Amino acid sequence: MGRRLADLLHGRRRLQLSLLLSGPLGWLVIAYLGSLAVLFIAAFWHLDEFSGKVVHDYGTSNFETLWNGHVYRTIVLRTVGIAAAVTVTDALLAFPIAFYMAKVASPRVRGLLVVAVLMPLWSSYLVKVYAWRTILNEDGILNWALDPFGIKGPGFGNLATWIVFSYLWLPYMILPVYAGLERIPNSLLDASGDLGADPGRTFRRVVLPMAFPAIVAGSIFTFALTLGDYITPNLVSSTQFIGNVVYANVGVANNLPLAAAFATVPVVVMVVYLLIARRLGAFEHL
Amino acid sequence: MSTKGLWAAVVACVAAFGIAACGSSDDNGGSSASSGSGLNPPKLPVQKSVGQGEGQLNIIAWAGYAEDGSTDPKVDWVTPFEKQTGCQTNVKIGNTSDEMVTLMRTGRYDGVSASGDATLRLIAGGDVAPVNTSLVPNYASIWTGLKNKPWNSVDGQMYGIPHGYGANLLMSSPKAKGVGNSWSAVFDPSQLAQNKGHVTSYDSPIYIADAAVYLKAHQPDLKITNPYELDDKQFQAVVNLLKTQRKYIGEYWADYTKEQAAFANGNSTVGTTWQVIANLLEADKVKVNTVLPSEGSTGWSDTWMIASKAKHPNCMYKWMNWITSPKVQAEVAEWFGEAPANRAACSHTAAKDHCKIYHEGDEPYFAKVSFWTTPIKSCGDDRGDKCADYSQWVQAWTDIKG
Repeated sequence: MGRRLADLLHGRRRLQLSLLLSGPLGWLVIAYLGSLAVLFIAAFWHLDEFSGKVVHDYGTSNFETLWNGHVYRTIVLRTVGIAAAVTVTDALLAFPIAFYMAKVASPRVRGLLVVAVLMPLWSSYLVKVYAWRTILNEDGILNWALDPFGIKGPGFGNLATWIVFSYLWLPYMILPVYAGLERIPNSLLDASGDLGADPGRTFRRVVLPMAFPAIVAGSIFTFALTLGDYITPNLVSSTQFIGNVVYANVGVANNLPLAAAFATVPVVVMVVYLLIARRLGAFEHL
Repeated sequence: MSTKGLWAAVVACVAAFGIAACGSSDDNGGSSASSGSGLNPPKLPVQKSVGQGEGQLNIIAWAGYAEDGSTDPKVDWVTPFEKQTGCQTNVKIGNTSDEMVTLMRTGRYDGVSASGDATLRLIAGGDVAPVNTSLVPNYASIWTGLKNKPWNSVDGQMYGIPHGYGANLLMSSPKAKGVGNSWSAVFDPSQLAQNKGHVTSYDSPIYIADAAVYLKAHQPDLKITNPYELDDKQFQAVVNLLKTQRKYIGEYWADYTKEQAAFANGNSTVGTTWQVIANLLEADKVKVNTVLPSEGSTGWSDTWMIASKAKHPNCMYKWMNWITSPKVQAEVAEWFGEAPANRAACSHTAAKDHCKIYHEGDEPYFAKVSFWTTPIKSCGDDRGDKCADYSQWVQAWTDIKG
C-alpha cells in the first residue's frame, strides 16, 4: 500500500506539493477566509424591527446606520488614532533598545536582553492590564510618585489606554526591528564612517532606510492588535473602541448584522494598511 | 499556477463557501419570535418527571449564586448538592446578562440564573424550556409576588424557578459630597458637579431604566409609567439625561469586583450598586453608605431556567429544587445580600433580621422597585408597538458612552 502510494507520488512534484499544502491551505481558506466571508455577508442583512429576527435580505441599512451615527465615526477615529499613536510611540521606544541589542551589546548581554524583552509575553494579558490599573489608580503608585510635585496622574481614559497598549505591544515591535538591524552588516557602518559621514548622517542615510521595512513590519503588530482590542479600553477607561461596540451588539441585543457591519471596518483599515506596508517593503525578507 | 490564477481560485472558493453557508443556515441568527402583540415563544415540550441524575451539571450563574468553596471555604452549597445527587456541578460565572445569553446560545449549558433583561430574550429565542413547577417541591413556598411575572412567564406558563431578588441601591463613600436620599446625586447636574469624575454607573443598556425611574418622578409631564416601556419622546429624554450624566462619570462598572476596587481606592465615590458589593466593602473595612432612594429603583428578580437542549435535565431539576430549599436559600441570601425567594428560608438565616433588612415579601417596598425585564416593541398599553426594544437600547447605550 505504502509502495503504491510512493510510486504514485514519484516524480509528480505538483501532486506532492498540493497534498502537503492542502491541510494548511484548507484551514486558511475554509476556516479563516470563509468565516470572514460569512461575516461580511452577514453585514448586509438586518434585524427585523418587529420580530427581532435576522432577516436574510441584502441591503446596506447597517452601513447607513454606521455612516449617519455620529458616535460610530467618533469611535472609529478614536480607535485608529490611538492605534497610530501607539505605533509611533512603540517605534520610538523600540528602536534604541533594538539598536543596542543588535549592534552594541556583547553576545552575553544581548542574550540577557532578548530574555528580558520576551519575559512580559510569558505572563497573562489580563495580569498585565490589571497591573497597570493598579498603577494608574486614584491611590496608585503613579499618583503617589507625582504627589510631591503637586500634579496628578492621568487616571483612566484615552491616555491610559495609550500607555497600556504601548507597554503591551512593545516586545512585538522590538523583535522585528532587532532582526532587521542585525541584518545590516557592520562593514557598511564602517565604510560610511570612512567616507566621512558623522554618526548622525550614517544613521539617517544608511541605518534608517535599511531598518525601515523592519519598523513597518513591527508596526503591523502594534497597529492591528490595538485596532481590534476591546479588553484594555474596558479596564483602563470608560471609552469605547470598535471591539466594544461589536461585543455589545452580539448577545442579548442579537443585532449580529450591525456587529458584523462594524467589524468590517477594522478589516478594511488593515487591508489598506497591509497594502501600504507591502509597498514600503515590509515583506521583502520574509 | 500563476499568482493571478491562484488568487482567482481562492476568491472563487471563498465566495462559493460564503453563499453556500448562508443559504443553508436559515434561522440560526435569531429564531426569536416576538410578534407585534407580544411574545410568541416557540412551542417546546415540558419535562414530565425527574428521573435519575445524569452525573453532571453545567450551569451559568451570577457571581455568588453557586458557591462551591472556592471563594471562601466556609461558603459552599454546591458540594453538599453533589454529594446528595451525584451531579458533579461545573459553574460558569456570567458577568452580565449579555454574556449569559451568549453562553446559553452555545448549547453547552444545562441552565442559567437569568435576570429579567435576559429571560425574555432566552424564552423568545427558544433557548430555554418551560418549567414544570410540580417537579420542584420547594416552588410551593416561594413568595407569590415572584410567580407568574412578566419576566419569568408567558401566558401563565412559568419558564423558571425564582431565585432571589433585590433592588439596585445608591452607594456613597464619606468622600462624596451632597448625597442624600435621592437619585439626583447621580442625575442632577448641579449635584453631579460636586463629585465630577468620581461618579459610577452600571455598564449595561439596562441602566437606561434607572434614568427612566428618575424622570418618572422628576418629570411627570413625560408620563412615564413603566421604565421599560418608553416611547420615542420618553426614550429621547432619558437618553439625553444619560448623556449629561456621562460628562461627570469616572468609570462604568460591569464586573462587581471592578466597582468594589473602585470604591476601595477612591476612584468612585457615588453610584449605583448591588448590596453584595457594599457587604464585601464593609468586610474589607471600607466605609460606605447605601440607600434605596425616594424615587424608587430598578431591581432584579433572578430566575433559574433550564436549557431547551439540556444534556442533564434531571440534574438541573434537582438543582432547581436544591437551590430553592429553605436552608440553601438562607445561605445564598446572606452571602449575596438579597431577599430569598423561599419564605421558609427566613427562619434559617444566621442573622435573625436578615429578611427584615432585605424587605423579603415587603409588598410596599418592592412596589417602588421596577424589576429588570427585557424591553420589547410592544408597549403593552394603548400606545401599541411604539416602544423601544432592546436592540435600540443597546444602540442608544453605545451613543451615550461615546
